[in-house]
Amino acid sequence: MTNNQHQQVLDALQQRFGADLGSVSEPYGLLTVEIPATRILDVLDFLKNHEQLRLDFLTDLCAVHYPEDPGREIAVVYHLHSMVHNIRLRLKAFLPISNPEIASATKLYSAANWMERETYDFYGVLFTNHPDLRRILNMDSMDYFPLRKEYALEDETRNDKDDRFFGR
Amino acid sequence: MSELNIRNGAQLVSSETIDGEIAVLNLGPTHPATHGVFQNILKVDGERILEAEPTIGYIHRAFEKLAERRPYNQITPITDRLNYCSSPINNMGWHMTVEKLAGIEVSKRVDYMRVIIMELARIADHLVCNSVVGVDTGALTGFTYMFQERERIYEMFEAVCGARLTTNIGRIGGFERDFPEEFKRKLDDFLKTFPKNFDEFDSLVTRNRIFMDRVIKAGPIAAERALNYGFTGPNLRAAGVDYDVRVMNPYSSYQDFEFIIPVGKDGDTYDRFMVRQHEIRESLNIIRQALDNMPAGKHYTEVPDYYLPPKDEVYKSMEALIYHFKIVMGETPIPAGEVYHAVEGANGELGYYLISDGGRTPYRLHFRRPCFIYYQAYPEMIQGSLLSDAVLTMSSMNVIAGELDA
Repeated sequence: MTNNQHQQVLDALQQRFGADLGSVSEPYGLLTVEIPATRILDVLDFLKNHEQLRLDFLTDLCAVHYPEDPGREIAVVYHLHSMVHNIRLRLKAFLPISNPEIASATKLYSAANWMERETYDFYGVLFTNHPDLRRILNMDSMDYFPLRKEYALEDETRNDKDDRFFGR
Repeated sequence: MSELNIRNGAQLVSSETIDGEIAVLNLGPTHPATHGVFQNILKVDGERILEAEPTIGYIHRAFEKLAERRPYNQITPITDRLNYCSSPINNMGWHMTVEKLAGIEVSKRVDYMRVIIMELARIADHLVCNSVVGVDTGALTGFTYMFQERERIYEMFEAVCGARLTTNIGRIGGFERDFPEEFKRKLDDFLKTFPKNFDEFDSLVTRNRIFMDRVIKAGPIAAERALNYGFTGPNLRAAGVDYDVRVMNPYSSYQDFEFIIPVGKDGDTYDRFMVRQHEIRESLNIIRQALDNMPAGKHYTEVPDYYLPPKDEVYKSMEALIYHFKIVMGETPIPAGEVYHAVEGANGELGYYLISDGGRTPYRLHFRRPCFIYYQAYPEMIQGSLLSDAVLTMSSMNVIAGELDA
């Protein structure tokens, strides 16, 4: 993977989506582009069917919760991979926690089905037009989204574990 | 009585195509034919599967949430319990992720030692998978032979780290101890005798007519569908795509080694089996190369902030005591940042997506678990096949419950 290739991906994205593109960064050599949630399907579709780039493998899909960032609390993160050119690309779309809705990528990638169910299960991200958006790892009767930051790992009613003594 | 049973059995078989009555069959969550906790609700017409609906999550242990409260060195045991047939690969993958985040360059010797351990783990994993494919076709003998060989690999792990299955092997920065003499002796012995024993297994199964009739064209998947389903590892290579993280994004000095990536054509059970058979030979080849070219030096890299000092020094030297205390209490300097690191696990691309805010624990850690992603293709792969082929397809896909459910 070279910077040249990164530039190529960025140029193609800029040409097609222009001002819609958000911040661009390269943490640890992996090109990361922020895109508006409303355009996610267009971007994925464009990258998948782009003749030169061939970013047509969905490596991973997950979410992150940033409670301190009002209006952008939930980040949905896509990792794409072009096996032909060996380019990896990370896409991020931020959603407000009050309405965490984003289009489902299942039409483009069958692999997205369970990844999106997992993301819904743990973060409550609602993927519109998903064929079967149910919980996948937790039980159906669960009424909260456990990986959100407001749910502490340990039972808060316990008082035998004082964080100060554990360096936490 | 027995006569009646036989007659009833005969009727069952013959009714398969005649009346087309559809039954719902609950395969799992605990079933002798599924290796692990998998539930599949099957709609069957006689022996033929019309629809399958997998339910997963029976052994979900919330690893991603747990990881958000654990210091980095305490996450290694969690990774053990993902694909527990090849824990060392998961451990090494995690160490390398943290090293990437913290900017630690480990020495060549550590890289090579890691390669040896990881390839041994890959052999152990493939042996389990392939010999179990044998069992599911009715060939139990090969299984008993190959589990003896796996046992020898576990003994080697035991010599290096004291554990066998959930190894927690290695440290951030290197290994806890150098390869002991016992390990070297056992590895030497293994390299001498294993190929012969493995050939025996190979000759029992691979070109066996009964086996071939049973597995060829069972549970096939085309390359295009496999890619769309996010397949990686041997399952993707069996479909004909030569994607291997070790070659495409080399880590731990894999670029120094010469090896072949075997690929299949049809993506059926036989191809998956054959790809694994060949990979075992390639892994042996890699181990030999690593042993022959093993660089001199220490089994760890000088990163006192992350690597636990030897215990006897902790009692004697102030620095060692301080570092020991800080690491054990989880006070290691970790920069803020986000990193994705992938290794070639025994069943596919095992990725770690780690976000750090500079605190003592990860802000977010997501495991890209290969079998969680490719197991969703299972209903499509077994649709229209026989129930017995479905069992075979599952075991040849190498779905590991621990990794599936995280």
